[in-house]
Amino acid sequence: MCTMIAKQVSVTGSGKATNSWFAVDQASVSYDHPFDMPLEYSLNLDFTNQGSGPGARVAVELDAESARKLVAAIQEVLRQAEAGGFLIRS
Amino acid sequence: MYTTDLYEGMLAETVILPGYHADLINAYFARPLGAGPFPGMLLIHHLPGWDEWYRDTARKFAEHGYATLCPNLYFRDGHGTPEDVAAKVRGAGGVADDQVLGDVAAALAMLLALPYVNGKAGVFGTCSGGRHAYLSACRIPGFAALVDCWGGRVVMAPEELTPKQPVAPVDYTTSLSCPVLGIFGNDDRSPTPQQVDELEAALKNHGKNYEFHRYDGAGHGFFYHNRPNYRQAQAVDGWDKVFTFLNKHLKGS
Repeated sequence: MCTMIAKQVSVTGSGKATNSWFAVDQASVSYDHPFDMPLEYSLNLDFTNQGSGPGARVAVELDAESARKLVAAIQEVLRQAEAGGFLIRS
Repeated sequence: MYTTDLYEGMLAETVILPGYHADLINAYFARPLGAGPFPGMLLIHHLPGWDEWYRDTARKFAEHGYATLCPNLYFRDGHGTPEDVAAKVRGAGGVADDQVLGDVAAALAMLLALPYVNGKAGVFGTCSGGRHAYLSACRIPGFAALVDCWGGRVVMAPEELTPKQPVAPVDYTTSLSCPVLGIFGNDDRSPTPQQVDELEAALKNHGKNYEFHRYDGAGHGFFYHNRPNYRQAQAVDGWDKVFTFLNKHLKGS
């Protein structure tokens, strides 16, 4: 690792791999070297299932500005959903 | 130097060895065919994992006459594509320094025990592998040469220290017992040119045998021909520096 800037969070959801969906129970967020994006560093999102091995992964690599826009969009969508009474606590 | 009238052959395969805490891990092992004796090289892979570039590079060292072992530092994290395994490790904040040192020490012992190795072994690493190589050469006795290619976080601020990386490798410099080759790009941000200067100052202050080469027009990972940060002219010169250095320190009597 070059930056070691990484956080992991437990999540509940589903992710779609090449051919099928799988249960997602962890999201990793890092700012470090990407595997594909032609940048030295990127904001990397990995949605995984801890019990299914490293291959159970949905991966996204974003530049920092895109990541900030994504965070803002998620926050705004959740705000609207809450305002509309759509957020149901499980 | 290779000439067209020479015989050349190699064996490259996956092997198993006991690593840290005697855990069995796998490693890629490429060596020239023949009785030797050959010098040994230990390659410490980078953040993107135990990947194709490192297998290619192991064979490159074998072509240059080195019995070359590249342990899979992420073996314990499961198996899949190198990217998927490395992503898992990346998300967890990397592997612990002590675990790496245990794996590297075991790999070095295996290399030096081979009857066709000449009793000398060097260590080479890029990116996080450069950091681990520096750390290994300081903490593990027995290396005869160290090549640190743009190892980030060799120089670390106190706030960067973690339970997995509790000490900055530069702080172990006094224990370094082999010559050092450092290859760096002046546009790199990890290590920055200032951090390279700090590392050089530490080596100088401790009276170590070192040579640093800093390249303009190059940033991080400029040897990686499969990435956009590849810099052809700097990489060719850098590889020449690597083999000149290793041939001097590992192939001599």
